[in-house]
Amino acid sequence: MSLASLTKDWAATSYGFLDASAKRELRRKMLKAIAVPGCQMPYASREVPMARGWGTGGLQVTLTLVNPASTVKVIDQGADDGVNAASIRRFISRVSGAAETWDTLSASIVQSRHRVPEEVMREDQILVLQVPNPEPLRGVEPNMSIARQMHADADYGKLWLTLYEQIVRKGRIMQGAAYPSMVNGRHVMTPSPIPRWDVPKLNMAKHLTFLSAGREKRLFAVPPFTRVEPLVFSDRPYQVEEHAHLTCRRSGLSGYFMNEIPQDNGGSTFEVSDSNLGIKAIQKAEGAPTEIGETWYRDGEYSA
Amino acid sequence: MSLDLTPAALEREAPRLMRARPLLTMNNISRSFGDVRALRDVDATVYPGEVMGIVGESGSGKSTLLRMMNLEDTPDTGDYRLRLPDREDGNLFDLTRYQRRMLCARHIGIVYQNPHLGLLMRQSSSGNVAERLLIAGERSFDVLRARAREALDASEFPLERMDARPIELSGGMQQRVQLAKAIALEPALLLLDEPTTGLDVSVQALVLDTLKRLQRDRKITMVLVSHDLGVIRTMADRVMVMRHGQVVEQGLADQIFQDPQHPYTQQLVHAKL
Ligand SMILES: Nc1ncnc2c1ncn2[C@@H]1O[C@H](COP(=O)(O)OP(=O)(O)O)[C@@H](O)[C@H]1O
Ligand SMILES: [Mg+2]
Repeated sequence: MSLASLTKDWAATSYGFLDASAKRELRRKMLKAIAVPGCQMPYASREVPMARGWGTGGLQVTLTLVNPASTVKVIDQGADDGVNAASIRRFISRVSGAAETWDTLSASIVQSRHRVPEEVMREDQILVLQVPNPEPLRGVEPNMSIARQMHADADYGKLWLTLYEQIVRKGRIMQGAAYPSMVNGRHVMTPSPIPRWDVPKLNMAKHLTFLSAGREKRLFAVPPFTRVEPLVFSDRPYQVEEHAHLTCRRSGLSGYFMNEIPQDNGGSTFEVSDSNLGIKAIQKAEGAPTEIGETWYRDGEYSA
Repeated sequence: MSLDLTPAALEREAPRLMRARPLLTMNNISRSFGDVRALRDVDATVYPGEVMGIVGESGSGKSTLLRMMNLEDTPDTGDYRLRLPDREDGNLFDLTRYQRRMLCARHIGIVYQNPHLGLLMRQSSSGNVAERLLIAGERSFDVLRARAREALDASEFPLERMDARPIELSGGMQQRVQLAKAIALEPALLLLDEPTTGLDVSVQALVLDTLKRLQRDRKITMVLVSHDLGVIRTMADRVMVMRHGQVVEQGLADQIFQDPQHPYTQQLVHAKL
């Protein structure tokens, strides 16, 4: 027996970039996060070859989940072709051997900044959301150890009060993205800066969602088939962005969440924010054999 | 006339009070902060519908006792019971932090001398009241607003300013917001820690009038702490006199003021007259 036979061959990095003990810790915290839906679990956020704040939290979760059989999709605000999305996707593939895709239907892991894809995700898929600020109580309680106690006591009066104040001051709730939502009737989470449009997609979803903040070193999860309820008053219903009537100038799709593109004349045009959905619609219109999955919204109405 | 404080004598002299069973009972409350013995073996009893005045010089332990009543602090020894319709009897100091919070939110209101302790200064006044209702689980915006308005009105707060932030209000108005917040859920017990001490004399009289009116109309049980004998005299049915963390004398307000027994009380009363 030689020493070489007991050890692995030298490699530039560990499989999936993170070393085994880092991944073991993350796996434990991810299991805990699933066990207590919406509850933030602290973890030892490792260095990855990317600056904090660019999705390092999501990346660490993805690197822990990924294996050679995985197919990875990475989106930034709905687009697969942004520099950051493309770089993260290539990096994951390079350190793991996982396949890359732009298609939500063929992905096993979707890492995303600030959007949930429009096509309904399945039981065998995992959504990893990059989170800048994991603490929904930050605005009402600057002391994070008190905030943690407030979560333990389900003490959300002050958070509700901010919603009350918005209606008093502005006549409506101004919270655009990262709308605070109650998970499984117990913990309030911030669903990362996804638009209000996307929050209902997390409610009783078939897929597992991880939300991970690398700089803040916390992760939390929404397990499959778990209630996610935006905090709303019983007589002031939850409203999503009014995008139902907008049409994508490139794909002709309408009834989905759109990016607004300001024009020189002061007006705006719109493009579907889930860019690969738009691409598939164009391909389909050109007669290519393209499968578009069922979508959470149909004609602008939430219907899943 | 010498004052007999045996239960039999009190029963004779105050049948109205003694017929009822106490709402609040505290026994053997002691609390030290390092070398400072802030409370020593304090017993307290408060009957439903009465105003119990606690008087004593600065540092005598009044606020510490009131904080115990509001379950903000736990004594070194002693127990605390409240007779509430939906609760079984038991020492409240045995409750968990969560249980305490829920019990206080539902059944106990407090007004602090310092409005910064009781109010979120940068949220609307109505919101400060609404927060109470939100903690208790109210989720209708219109109901929150209506009930906040009602509580502010009962506290004689000018309703056209109900959405002003406390930081923009005068001291007297801030105390009215605290009061509205404290009574919004119709508490079994209203605790008042020097509620008018920071105010001008004229404003003080107005706030005391509001308190009296509330007490008369709603029969709220109050514990009123003040170092000011004048305030206690206009408000209290019974009085506890505290000194160095101990109760030196207690009895019906008239008796305490007309015929103080303890030398310290005599000194207080005579200094005032
Ligand atoms: N949190 C605390 N830490 C240390 N000492 C305290 C604390 N709270 C009260 N004390 C002390 O306990 C004594 C009683 O205080 P307090 O109840 O505030 O008196 P009062 O309200 O009658 O003026 C004082 O000597 C005070 O300094
Ligand atoms: Mg005091």
